[in-house]
Amino acid sequence: MLSGVRKRQFYSYHYLSMSNDNKSPKILVFSTDKISDPGIDQAGLRKIHYSPSVYVINMPCSSGVKPRWILHALEKGFDGVFIAADGHECSYSSSCPERTNDIILESQKLMTEKNINPKRIRMAALCSVCAEPFANHMENFSKILAGLEE
Amino acid sequence: MRQRIGVYICHCGGNISDYVDVEELSKMFHKEDGVVVSKDVMFVCADSNQKAMVEDIQKHNLDAIVVASCSPKLHLHTFRGVAGRAGLNPNNYVQVNIREQCSWPHSDRPREATVKAAGLIRAGINRVAFSEALDNIEIEVKKAAMVIGAGVSGMKAAIDLARSGNEVYLVEKDYFVGGRIAQKEKLFTSGQSGKEIVRKLYEEIKTYKNVTVFTGATIEKVTGSLGSFNIEVKVKPRYINGKIDKQTVKRAMDDCQVYADDEFNLGLSKRKAIYKNYPEALPDVPVVDVEALKDHPDYLEKYKAVINLNEKEETIALLVGSVLVTTGFDNYEPKEGEFGYKNIPNVITLPQLNRLMELSPEKLVYNGKEIKSVAFIYCVGSRQKKGENKYCSRHCCTSTIYTALQLKSKYGKIQNYHLYRDIRTYGKQEILYEQASKQGDLFFKYEEKEMPTVEMNGKGISLKVKDYLTAKKEMEIAPDLVVLVTGMVARADASHISELFKIPIGNDKFFNEIHPKLKPVETVIKGVYIGGTCQGPKNVSEAVQSSLAGASKITALLKSGTVMGDPVVARVNADICTWCGKCAEVCDYTAIREIVNEAGKHIAGVNKGVCTGCGICAPVCPVNAIEVAKYTDNEIEAMIDGFAADVEIKEKEASTVTEEKEDVVAAHMKEYPQIWKDILATIETDKKTIPEVVETLKIAPEMVTYHLMTMNKYGVVTPAGTNEKEEYYYYKIK
Repeated sequence: MLSGVRKRQFYSYHYLSMSNDNKSPKILVFSTDKISDPGIDQAGLRKIHYSPSVYVINMPCSSGVKPRWILHALEKGFDGVFIAADGHECSYSSSCPERTNDIILESQKLMTEKNINPKRIRMAALCSVCAEPFANHMENFSKILAGLEE
Repeated sequence: MRQRIGVYICHCGGNISDYVDVEELSKMFHKEDGVVVSKDVMFVCADSNQKAMVEDIQKHNLDAIVVASCSPKLHLHTFRGVAGRAGLNPNNYVQVNIREQCSWPHSDRPREATVKAAGLIRAGINRVAFSEALDNIEIEVKKAAMVIGAGVSGMKAAIDLARSGNEVYLVEKDYFVGGRIAQKEKLFTSGQSGKEIVRKLYEEIKTYKNVTVFTGATIEKVTGSLGSFNIEVKVKPRYINGKIDKQTVKRAMDDCQVYADDEFNLGLSKRKAIYKNYPEALPDVPVVDVEALKDHPDYLEKYKAVINLNEKEETIALLVGSVLVTTGFDNYEPKEGEFGYKNIPNVITLPQLNRLMELSPEKLVYNGKEIKSVAFIYCVGSRQKKGENKYCSRHCCTSTIYTALQLKSKYGKIQNYHLYRDIRTYGKQEILYEQASKQGDLFFKYEEKEMPTVEMNGKGISLKVKDYLTAKKEMEIAPDLVVLVTGMVARADASHISELFKIPIGNDKFFNEIHPKLKPVETVIKGVYIGGTCQGPKNVSEAVQSSLAGASKITALLKSGTVMGDPVVARVNADICTWCGKCAEVCDYTAIREIVNEAGKHIAGVNKGVCTGCGICAPVCPVNAIEVAKYTDNEIEAMIDGFAADVEIKEKEASTVTEEKEDVVAAHMKEYPQIWKDILATIETDKKTIPEVVETLKIAPEMVTYHLMTMNKYGVVTPAGTNEKEEYYYYKIK
């Protein structure tokens, strides 16, 4: 724990040294309670850094993410949506990977209709200790999103 | 909509507040719509804060709370408890993870971490505003249980369940109870015979009127869920006239000269067409092998009073609240040619040797020749790096060495050779290993990459092994009998039970528990438990331990007559739903079916007891008529809006050392409990040890110790060296 004094100096140093406008793309992640969210927690626990413009909503299962939520996020200013799925490890349903894939396809259809680049949605299976893979996924996706021209 | 929300933001003793400006955030959310209380707290999980939260909820009449601290995996239940104690519905609470998913991964960028934390907390506030006061679902539970498989695990569990006053149905696929244990002549450590244990258990079962045993019975159909499983059991006929006396039945058995393969003795002998697995097998009624007798009309005619060919199989519907699956294992069957199995005479498996020993009371004879030496090859069908069975079968090292000891004690001069990879006679079983060495058994260690070979030469069996104990020197043994120590595999018919009950199967094909340590007998299917070797290799004691654990779980479940289910389940908007069946199609749990509501409309109906709340049904609905509680469009979209909203964080200026020094303790003084204030007052000017503080304040030493330690943990005080005798630490204000 930093003492009060060091804390204030720490803030001041960083606040002054950083620019105000954070340009890294804003990403919404849908994680799963039992598997991928613990994996994302793990990245934090191990202080593995990824972009602070990544926001996570945890769900019971990735097959329950609705395409309208994905559209809503993209329309509200998110640059991309990432589904951190359980893949074949899903404890709910063996058809989870296919169902989640269907959700991505349906979302991409809706996105194309609204002139949103379908590359703005991505999915990968993430395990409960996949700390580095998560950080890597975020870095790669950020790069892809930053390079998109529409 | 919740409009009186309390927001609690945790410093986590610096884990959060070192990087996220929690004080600024608590001020910011104080102005948020609907927020009545907004506080930043050193440790939200501390008892003192939990009490303060309960007071806040009651005093300010809060209708929802948001706690921004660590991962919900840690303290979700803590704060649900706080809400509950304050009279608030636990579902009107949202946990926001600003530690594992904010302050820690973004410790390199504190300003952005603060901006992100603001977004996360705002999303939490937005979500809790839409939260509903959901009540747990009450599910009625039928006070009856089914145990599937009447081996030692199942029988023991059935007795336990019956003793607790439950109606028990014990269903066994074979015509006789006892399972694999009945095939063992003697068992370590008690030295009892397997048959004796089976007899005792069966006799005990018979003393309970609330146990019904079905033999020759299989499960045909399962519907329903936790609390009320409707199970159809098919009972095959024995074709024995139940009214006829035992003497006549025995005469029919003695007179029968038609034989068939004897599965119980693993092909070592033939059994009669009217048979029992072994003479004392229970229930004490033989079975007629109609297939074997079909070409013997004379015999059938002679004993038509005994044999009733008109007996039909029966399907019985049973209603139970919970199910324990103890279906056991199969012995690994070596492939043809594996160590000469089936190609070379005198190559048998360990279970076969166990049967052979029981069938040979005086001399051990196989294929007409007396056996003077036996070579055991361990790990056949287990620990296969390239094969399917990666696991160790756990019981076989002990079983083999115990068998080797029995061979010597029963038949005198027999030389045993053990070709092993590693000896795993763990726990109390280790003494057997020592005994075997002392009696002169020879041990050779082989590795999987250089397997022993079994061949025939002119004289008999030639067994070659590269012995890793003698510098990989090739040894040649000429045993009379080669015994393959085969492991356990999942039952061939496990998939049938798995499909009926939807029990997940692991890569090893055994049934999967939820968690090997924390939920070792529970399955993901509510109300369905697993015990014994159907969940993986175990010895008899371990198998019984796990089945009894399952029985205790079931007893606890059935005791109250109702159970409370999680309210996070799917629900249908009857106004919109037009029943297309898409939701039911994707549901793995058959929780959804077509119903007709009060208005006569055909809609999707959700069985709340079965629904797991996975949400797979929600995205497939073409008219958006189905949703999962707590994951509604309102809640999720409000969260997204919260993330997306602009956040302005004021820049802080560097402050002076003196200014900060003063406010560390002073700033929080009013939040501290009185005892802290008293202790701090005693050490304000001068450092003190615990006994000195006790002396000054005249309070119990354990109170001082507890509170000083707590303050030390929270960073309010700090140790300042030890006293002269180095007995006690001095403490001072940090």
